[in-house]
Amino acid sequence: MKRFIILTLFILTFISGFAFAEDRMQNNPPTPPVAEQAAPAQPAPMSESAPAVVPETPKIDSGDTAWMIVATAFVMLMTLPGLALFYGGLAKRKDTLNTMAMSFVTYCIVSLLWVIYGYTFAFGTDVKGIIGGTEKLLLSGVGVNSLSMTIPEFIFIVFQLTFAAITVALASGAYIERMKFSAWVIFSVLWMTLVYVPVAHWVWGGGFLAKLGALDFAGGTVVHINAGVAALMGALVLGKRREAALKPSNLTLVVTGAGLLWFGWFGFNAGSAVAANGLAGAAFINTNTAAALAAVSWMFTEWVHTKKPTVLGLASGAIAGLVAITPAAGFVNIKGAIIIGILAGIVPYFSVATIKPKLGYDDSLDAFGIHGVGGTLGAILTGIFADPAINEAGKGLLYGNPGQLITQLIAVVVTILYSAVVTLIILLLVKAFVGIRVDAEHEITGLDESQHGEKAYNL
Amino acid sequence: MKKIEAIIKPFKLDEVKDALNAIGIHGMTITEVKGFGRQKGHVEVYRGTEYEVNFLPKIKIEVVVPDSIIDKVMSTIIEKAKTGDIGDGKIFLCSLEDVIRIRTGEHGEAAI
Repeated sequence: MKRFIILTLFILTFISGFAFAEDRMQNNPPTPPVAEQAAPAQPAPMSESAPAVVPETPKIDSGDTAWMIVATAFVMLMTLPGLALFYGGLAKRKDTLNTMAMSFVTYCIVSLLWVIYGYTFAFGTDVKGIIGGTEKLLLSGVGVNSLSMTIPEFIFIVFQLTFAAITVALASGAYIERMKFSAWVIFSVLWMTLVYVPVAHWVWGGGFLAKLGALDFAGGTVVHINAGVAALMGALVLGKRREAALKPSNLTLVVTGAGLLWFGWFGFNAGSAVAANGLAGAAFINTNTAAALAAVSWMFTEWVHTKKPTVLGLASGAIAGLVAITPAAGFVNIKGAIIIGILAGIVPYFSVATIKPKLGYDDSLDAFGIHGVGGTLGAILTGIFADPAINEAGKGLLYGNPGQLITQLIAVVVTILYSAVVTLIILLLVKAFVGIRVDAEHEITGLDESQHGEKAYNL
Repeated sequence: MKKIEAIIKPFKLDEVKDALNAIGIHGMTITEVKGFGRQKGHVEVYRGTEYEVNFLPKIKIEVVVPDSIIDKVMSTIIEKAKTGDIGDGKIFLCSLEDVIRIRTGEHGEAAI
């Protein structure tokens, strides 16, 4: 515990050091007016189609702004309460609160770190394709007139913040029912800083994967592969739970959470157009179609495989579909969305039901099986089905551009390798400094009681 | 005077209770219990993996009856709780020292 407090203090000092350095910087050189420093568009399409339109100074668009404020709030809802309910309901009844707390605390931590340094390192001026510059530490120079494309930069910052938060929280699904809460808090800080921020920069912040032409509309690589691989690494480092069975404490919460995630995902995917336009519309309809089809295809796969169409199967399928359509949402046409949806109900299902038991790792809530596998599936299929009629920035294999598939594979492999290696290092550091796993007694009595001194249900 | 403990399938509770009421049993205690016998457990499937659940939910009815109607109560429970499949449950007939009504201090059959 002492070591945990010392480490927390160390991190806080580190952060405030940043803040002070930044204050000094702000005092010396007069900050340039930021209005024209429009941050690069999140999706590649915008930045590529931009030159045709942009010569005039960007102007704020009230329609775009209104939609993006709402979309940002939608994405926030995905973590709290969406993911907290989805994961919390799947956890055993003695671990429900701890599981929810992991999402909750992560959202708060990322909210702070993102405005201090996360945003600038992800979306600041590109430094050699690797990382963003330091010019917007503590949002230096961002004011009420700063724009990102046609919306206030403040909104763009929060929109991106909600993505960072849910990505970290997603990984917790593999760690639950045995990880020390203090270890999770430290992991959240380090993982957002060392894994999420660089990868977000590579794909969306003008880094080398963006320059390579990798297509990722709303986060197949950055969010889902990234979090999924981190989940797998965590499952391996933490080891198996003493009772490695999935015993959902409350499936009604799981269904509620899945519904809220689906709803929030409209903000996630359609919001990634960063405009209230036809592209947002395409992303919206693709998102809904793929989610619905994946839910049904997972259900039927399960029906054939284990003789029961489960409610958890419907909910899991919907999430797998949403994951798989995420990179493709603003690139594929409706036929592409249908095929992606159907496959997303089948491939992640077998990764969870067949491959996981064979390999023997304990990914408690299948964060790797659904997000890692579904994200990889989506990223690759984007390279096949991207239709230039939907978005001229993306032309896939079926439309005469086989090279796109190779680019997608490169982006997938780079993300997997980077996330795997750095997550592993972080986990081993946390393990060495504060310990990563609760002791056997606490694990058996439940983490709600041992970590928080509370119970989810007093019935 | 004996105590009858009957472990039955939960969905049979209402039928058994109504039938016992009809033959003049006006008090009973029920508990939701878990256990297994020949029925063993059942299987639950989460995300394609089957989990054996060893303990099945049952209802335990406890009722204290005067010697004169023991057979009638037992046969009523058997008749109403029986489905013919394994897992219908068991009846335990237990001898009983005494019964006391707390409010009045009455003892024995008068307190039932």
